[in-house]
Amino acid sequence: MSDSTYHRVSLAVFAATVALLLYAFYQVFFIVPTEVKMGVVQRIFYIHMPSAVVSFNLFFVVCIASIGYLKTRRLAWDSVAVAAAEVGTVFCATVLITGPIWAKPVWGSWWAWDPRLTTTLILFLIFVGYLMLRLYVEDRNRRALLSAVVGIIGFADVPIVYMANRFRGQHPAPVLGGGEGSGLAPEMLTTLLWSLAALHALGLLLFLQRYRLEQMRTEVNELYRALRA
Amino acid sequence: MSAWRVATALLRKDLRAEWRTKDVSTAILLFGFTIAVSFAFAFKPTPDEARLIAGGLLWLGFLFSAVLGLNRGFARETANNCLEALRLAPADPGSLYLGKLLSNLLLLLLAELVLLPVFGVFFNLTLWARPGWLLLILLLGTWGVAALGTLFSAVSANTRMQELMLPLLLLPLTVPVLVAAVDLTTLLLAGRPMSEGGLQFRLLAGFDIIFTLLCWLLFGYVLEE
Repeated sequence: MSDSTYHRVSLAVFAATVALLLYAFYQVFFIVPTEVKMGVVQRIFYIHMPSAVVSFNLFFVVCIASIGYLKTRRLAWDSVAVAAAEVGTVFCATVLITGPIWAKPVWGSWWAWDPRLTTTLILFLIFVGYLMLRLYVEDRNRRALLSAVVGIIGFADVPIVYMANRFRGQHPAPVLGGGEGSGLAPEMLTTLLWSLAALHALGLLLFLQRYRLEQMRTEVNELYRALRA
Repeated sequence: MSAWRVATALLRKDLRAEWRTKDVSTAILLFGFTIAVSFAFAFKPTPDEARLIAGGLLWLGFLFSAVLGLNRGFARETANNCLEALRLAPADPGSLYLGKLLSNLLLLLLAELVLLPVFGVFFNLTLWARPGWLLLILLLGTWGVAALGTLFSAVSANTRMQELMLPLLLLPLTVPVLVAAVDLTTLLLAGRPMSEGGLQFRLLAGFDIIFTLLCWLLFGYVLEE
């Protein structure tokens, strides 16, 4: 991507993010009805659940980009992977912070070792490990290679962690498409969809900035190397 | 050379080196022993409590000792540029991975067999009531740890953090092994029928197969210069 297209794209994404976030927050705080049993704290759901979706999607991007790097050896793939991993970890942290705030008044405890919680926590630890690994490998190509391997294995581990913890749990059954008795009130569904869109836009915005930064770092490194040679 | 011959040659080399120096096995055993003692001090369980928590303590002890042993196991290759020689060998990286995996697995299993009676004595457990099941759990659980550990010991040897990196990567990834193996060991120690652990057995076997294959495919990238 050339510089000017990049700027135009990121400006557009920035504008869209701001507009979507404002509208989604307006929905969350003023429009959507308060949930009957849980009360006002349930509104955190509109941040909690979309953040989880965004972070899972970004970790999926890490896995795809890692495979892409191993196949093509182009550093752009590695920049995609690191950008997605970092932003994904931030969203994952949001999930882990908003979850207990919601759980304490509703379940009566901050934390429960239930499959989805445990999986999200382990996922967070795996990708923090991934980012740590990147810090401690000096050479750019080697870093890309090793972290691609870890990115693929880390992503492959997630469904197994979920299954391993499936035996116990108190998370609400899937709200959407969870069979009989599931489903949201129409206003809640609308708000949720707006939140999903807004947080995806935010994720994309951060991802684009981080990707650009990594590409610029690569360029600077190459210039240094050319100067020294 | 066929893949199997490469793997067994590497296995023989590792075992011979270990037999001569004994540094990895001594470290694992001593560390495992210390952990067992520390757990016994930290928890002081009654016999009933012991049966409930021993599975978890046992596997935590194994896991920590395994991290220690796996790190040393790969450090042997990085010393004196042995890794260079392995790269130059006319063998595909997949079979090198298998050789390393087998030698790690064998070493860890042997260490666990020595450590089991130690835990048995400290926590007053009847471990050998159903030896077949016990060995199966040990084999499946340790295989999972060794499969990922072999790859990740090579990854972490390539970083500036070296030994510190392995537990950070390995422990979160092996959570499924820990959960399933602890559940099964607790069933075994409580004297309950093993048929209750069908899900866990399948999970362990699935984990072992998936990650052995995946690491076997990816090992070459880690060895690359």
